Amino acid sequence: MAVTEQTSAVSVRDLKIDLVLTGADIVDQIVLEVHPGEVLGLVGESGSGKTTVGMALMGYTRPGGRVTGGEILIDGQLLSAMSTGELRRLRGGTVSYIPQDPGTALNPALRIGLQLSEMLDVHTPGTSEDERQARVRETLDEVALPSDDAFLRRYPHQLSGGQQQRVAIAMAFACRPHVIVCDEPTTGLDVTTQARVLETIRDLCHSHRVAAVYVSHDLAVVAELADQVAVMYSGRIVERGPREVIFSQARHPYTRRLLRAVPDLEGKRAVVGIGGRAPLPGDRPEGCFFAPRCDLAVAQCHEQFPGPTTFEAGHIVHCYRAEDAPNELPTTGSLAPPAEVGDAVLAVENLNGLYGSKQVLFDIDVLVRRNECVALVGESGSGKTTLARCIAGLHSSYTGDIKLGGERLAESARRRSREARKQIQYVFQNPYASLNPRRTVGQTIARQLQLFYSVSRREAAQRVSDLLERVALSSAAANRYPDQLSGGERQRVAIARALAAEPSLMVCDEITSALDVSVQAAIVELLRDLRIQTGLSMLFITHNLALIRTIADRVVVMTEGRIVESGDTLEVFTAPRADYTRKLLANTPTIEAALQRGTPVAASPGAPATP
Amino acid sequence: MSTSVLTPEPVPVPQPAPAMRQRQWTVLLRGTLRQWRARIGLTLFLAMVLIALVGPAIAPSSPTAFVTAPNASASLHGPFGGDSLGRDVWSRFLNGGRSVLGMSLAATIIGVGLGLVIGLTAAYRKGWVDEVLMRISDVFMAFPQIVLALLLVTAFGPSVGLIILIVGISHAPRVARVIRGAAQQVVERDFVKAAEAVGEPRSRIIFSELLPNVISPLMVEFGLRLTYSIGLIAALNFIGDGIQPPASDWGLMINENRLAVAFQPWGVVLPVIAIALLTIGTNLLTDGFARAVIGLERGE
Repeated sequence: MAVTEQTSAVSVRDLKIDLVLTGADIVDQIVLEVHPGEVLGLVGESGSGKTTVGMALMGYTRPGGRVTGGEILIDGQLLSAMSTGELRRLRGGTVSYIPQDPGTALNPALRIGLQLSEMLDVHTPGTSEDERQARVRETLDEVALPSDDAFLRRYPHQLSGGQQQRVAIAMAFACRPHVIVCDEPTTGLDVTTQARVLETIRDLCHSHRVAAVYVSHDLAVVAELADQVAVMYSGRIVERGPREVIFSQARHPYTRRLLRAVPDLEGKRAVVGIGGRAPLPGDRPEGCFFAPRCDLAVAQCHEQFPGPTTFEAGHIVHCYRAEDAPNELPTTGSLAPPAEVGDAVLAVENLNGLYGSKQVLFDIDVLVRRNECVALVGESGSGKTTLARCIAGLHSSYTGDIKLGGERLAESARRRSREARKQIQYVFQNPYASLNPRRTVGQTIARQLQLFYSVSRREAAQRVSDLLERVALSSAAANRYPDQLSGGERQRVAIARALAAEPSLMVCDEITSALDVSVQAAIVELLRDLRIQTGLSMLFITHNLALIRTIADRVVVMTEGRIVESGDTLEVFTAPRADYTRKLLANTPTIEAALQRGTPVAASPGAPATP
Repeated sequence: MSTSVLTPEPVPVPQPAPAMRQRQWTVLLRGTLRQWRARIGLTLFLAMVLIALVGPAIAPSSPTAFVTAPNASASLHGPFGGDSLGRDVWSRFLNGGRSVLGMSLAATIIGVGLGLVIGLTAAYRKGWVDEVLMRISDVFMAFPQIVLALLLVTAFGPSVGLIILIVGISHAPRVARVIRGAAQQVVERDFVKAAEAVGEPRSRIIFSELLPNVISPLMVEFGLRLTYSIGLIAALNFIGDGIQPPASDWGLMINENRLAVAFQPWGVVLPVIAIALLTIGTNLLTDGFARAVIGLERGE
């Protein structure tokens, strides 16, 4: 026991955090062990409690939560025994934190140099100004940022998102921490930037022998980075073990389903969503929390939460069916069959778009044919959303032609014919903002029907419930307000609203990017089914290359307002012509590629496999 | 269990809950009444409204009847003596609330309604429409409300209707500012763009997409403007620009009896207390409501 305490940098035993108000637990039975130089990936979907656990490692619980059981040891020191002052020295010193959004974590009024040296000032008192300056430059070098005076004098807003995140990483590593907690630090970044940031974190952790806890919902990123992986579901760790084991021989049905939901760049399999939703604290079922959504559940699963079962190589699973799970046939999905494309539905010709006085779109040509799904892919700032908004009539400062069935459309939606507005339907990225919170789902969809068809109240109600069924929601959802639905359900409502108009083209603007992978997979399945059933054409805008592979017939790649490549999906993925496409493909993290590459680093930490 | 891929199972929707509009209002109301300030405010407001409404029915004599000597003390004529003309102070007090309350409510409804339309239109249309509406509002706001009222009354002569209109109009630009600020955030949300993309008429976007999302600030504004209306209208009645004698009104009563305040204070003290309690009550209640709204937005 004493040996373990010395070798592990982070040791969490039976941690339990409750909601103060109701006493329901947010997380419970959390057991973690991270050794110096090791990266632990803490994976879970939104609401699984992963951030709560990550924060607890710094001795912090969000308002409304309270640690009520178990212990956390950092470097063998018990957090609960520390005074406020000791905790303050611990944070940023021994344990540091890389936030999700560096834009809000850096003080916009302070220069980069000052922010970094301030950090050292607090945690390494007694050093001279020169020593601190030297240390600041060294840290910036480590994260591959310039360390000259000009850079130190910059303000955060003068840096790009990736640079800001690297400054945040530099701040986290500046005081030579022993433990570092990363809360989805690459979520807001483009794949190219993400790849570089991940590399930086990985190298620093291993060269300084820092124990890292990497909290993320992105399995592919975790596969790239982590040595050990712990999977959380509804406030419990359901499975943990070495990276290879979790990604190739997972035993918990939830982990297995989650992996099936991750889109595959290779395009060998279709994504399969997980039905239902994760229970919230205070609303969890008896027995295993995943049982209601689990295909393998037996009677025992509904009685008591399963205890840990240990398999070889420190692989621990909380499941009664862990022995059999790998033998069960995986739920398979099918890839969209090659579509029988028809005539052109939408043609964008020679479009040049302005944003204010700046040109953001250059000579764009896009063609979408009947029953075809065209993916528009590009990183942030590539102009893909502006293009989509031009098509939907929401952005009218452009020149060039947008033709619907051969007829040129007016620039703004208001000046287009009712028929044109009906034919093109736009589904927004964020389902939390695209539905009026003060209207029921039924009212929202019924209004769409009224706009385009003369329907009686009765007919409308009937069509609303048909539409809800088509997007796999129960018709009872019509009486709900958006805040009573989950993100995935809201996005289904937004799709139902678009379908209500019976459009010929649906423009989907990053419609899954705000959703969890299992929900994303379910939405992708839904869109595929809708296409098969109705012959709908789609313009699918995304930054997620892997997703395109499972949904699109053709791909258009954009960067800096220009189309650099377009062609059949298979062709673009297997034989990309443009350098940019090649770079994008190479930087997209995938589980398969990460596993093939072997251990994330050469020097694997000396983590003894605990029996 | 084999699930067919082509016919996905319906995603279960959470247990039936009361509709949000109703639920949210209950939460807001409960949040408001949990605070002492709001409870005190509500009590004061209701007490004053009760006096104004029921008062005339329980007044011992007619408010315009001469029943005692001018400025009769409370010991001579109960319970609060006579006013400067020998009318019963208590009866005039009980009869004097309706006009203040009625005029204030009417002026507030006009002002908040007008401000709402201006604010929503400015926020939604942006550009030159916003500029023109807001600059006109600025001009109106540059005049102190009371000076504006005095000017117009001097020009058109005292009248209850005019006072209501003036007070209402002088509230409008202030309400418009607040509503515009609240609506500007709503306008940027995607559901407005979605309505835009399918060609919803502009008036529908303003009144059925935007309006329901600014109800909370609107309620707070209503309470606040009601407070100001009470003060302003009582003041105008006091000056003699509103309700004309011999009608009984709290503001007017103060004016009529101010000369005798040293030896027969009740004619002044009663209406002063009533107006003070009514404004304080309204303000506390509004403040409590505003805090509950903020709490709700914070997710408390």
